[in-house]
Amino acid sequence: MPISALIVDDSSVMRKIVERSLRQAGIELAKVSEAGNGAEALAALQENKFDLILCDINMPVMDGLEFVKALSGVDNAKGVPVVMITTEGSEAHVVQALSAGARGYIRKPFTPEQVKEQVVPILAGKP
Amino acid sequence: MKSANQLITARDSHESWRPLIEVAAREVFELMLGSQLTLPENAAAPTPHDVTAMVGLAGQLCGLLSFCCDKKAAALVTSKMLGVEQDKVSPTEMADALGEISNMVAGNFKNKVSGLGDGCMLSPPTVITGSDYSTYALADSPGLEVRMLFESMPVLITLQIHS
Repeated sequence: MPISALIVDDSSVMRKIVERSLRQAGIELAKVSEAGNGAEALAALQENKFDLILCDINMPVMDGLEFVKALSGVDNAKGVPVVMITTEGSEAHVVQALSAGARGYIRKPFTPEQVKEQVVPILAGKP
Repeated sequence: MKSANQLITARDSHESWRPLIEVAAREVFELMLGSQLTLPENAAAPTPHDVTAMVGLAGQLCGLLSFCCDKKAAALVTSKMLGVEQDKVSPTEMADALGEISNMVAGNFKNKVSGLGDGCMLSPPTVITGSDYSTYALADSPGLEVRMLFESMPVLITLQIHS
């Protein structure tokens, strides 16, 4: 079933790459929304509900970790899985992101296969 | 315990990090663009620098990583990242794409230096277009320059270490 996704990254080029990677991973997208930072993403969530959020960590205004923590107070974000996509690849960053509430973690650079490995089980409701 | 920065500045050169930068750049180009970076036969040949993308490093390793190339290479990088024709690439997209390249090369490099990933942060990228400029780095040592070829076009990655 096609899903709606919110892609959060301060690079518009990277947002397009993430969208293309989702499609190449075989994930059907009914709707894709974009945000340039965590604050813009929170604003998008006031009006819309998504099936999946993919989020960078290093962003201006509100970074990805702050954004994930802020999601606990957003009705439209309840139960929506967040997958981080970032250059910050250290174990500490992964632990921080997962502790903050992210469900998955993809390191840049990445392939569509890596996106598929992370995202498909999450969308299927597997832990 | 010495920081990674103290360790590297204590050495006579940064040569031991050259292969890590090469591998980091190769992986970024292979995974994100589907292109192979190769080493040039003449490693001393000058690299045109119409576009320069820079990322600062702070923490255990302080410095600057820059990625330089000419306009044609920058347009091709952008076109491959976006999956569009080169003549459809806008200057904004080119700057964005090159900024991301420098960000990913810097991030991938620091993740390959043992023990450094947690203690080194990256700045948002800055991109300069045009070649009529000079940089003056307040660095402790000469920058480590890695020259490579992208689709036969020269690209230059420089790592300046500060202490």
